[in-house]
Amino acid sequence: MSIITILFYFLSFLAVGSAIMMLLSRNPIHSILWLIVIFFAISGHYILMNAQFLAIVNIIVYAGAIMVLFLFVVMLMNLNAETEPVKNHRLQLIGVISGGLLLLVLLSAVMKTQTMLPMEMKTGTEGLIENLGKTLFTYYVVPFELSSVLFLSAMVGAVVISKKD
Amino acid sequence: MDIKAYITLAMVLFCTGIVGVLIRRNAIIIFMCIELMLNSVNLLLVAFSKMHALSPAVKASPTYAADAQIFVFFIMVVAAAEVSVGLAIIVMLYRHTKSIDINFLNRLKN
Repeated sequence: MSIITILFYFLSFLAVGSAIMMLLSRNPIHSILWLIVIFFAISGHYILMNAQFLAIVNIIVYAGAIMVLFLFVVMLMNLNAETEPVKNHRLQLIGVISGGLLLLVLLSAVMKTQTMLPMEMKTGTEGLIENLGKTLFTYYVVPFELSSVLFLSAMVGAVVISKKD
Repeated sequence: MDIKAYITLAMVLFCTGIVGVLIRRNAIIIFMCIELMLNSVNLLLVAFSKMHALSPAVKASPTYAADAQIFVFFIMVVAAAEVSVGLAIIVMLYRHTKSIDINFLNRLKN
């Protein structure tokens, strides 16, 4: 077993285990902390695939900005006690069964294919900042500029929605 | 590494997100599960980009298999904008109902 395989399985089990713990924990703060662990595991996968720019952006944007925003809102609303009412257990069972059935169908479709398609691990230049920056500002300038308009409208929208009326 | 391993991992994460949306009632947890689903799709896009980088046809392409990673970058941009608006909606919901249980949202019916 090579070091890449070992790291892949370690990061995968970390991500899936943290996802399950995120669902099972009653306290919203604990769920947010488990989600941060998932984001770090996914960033580890990006580093494994030599997508360095996305690994850093994933940590900065998701684990740094978005999850802090979630934590801020949860603490603002003082929800860190276990306030969630008990849900109907039959509905929960139905939800788990239907999600599991979807997973079963998707996995069986993937496992049916016989071809091996290898991936380029830990080498390759297409994930480096130099290459991505050149691509972004050469071929994707218009979407990049449009995303700034999207941010402006999201900012105005958030202010307008949460304004006290 | 085979691409199937990454497809399997992304599917497991995505279905975990779906189960979370179905079984939890806390609006913030549901929102976090949506983020988890977006992240599993991002992971799969990067994996496909690295698979595509091995094909000989990609050397002729001017963007050299970086399109998928640019796409992931834009998904992150949109997710950041979506989170700010969504959390504003949740805060407003909490201010009106003193709860973030999504079952209170069925009052929107009438």
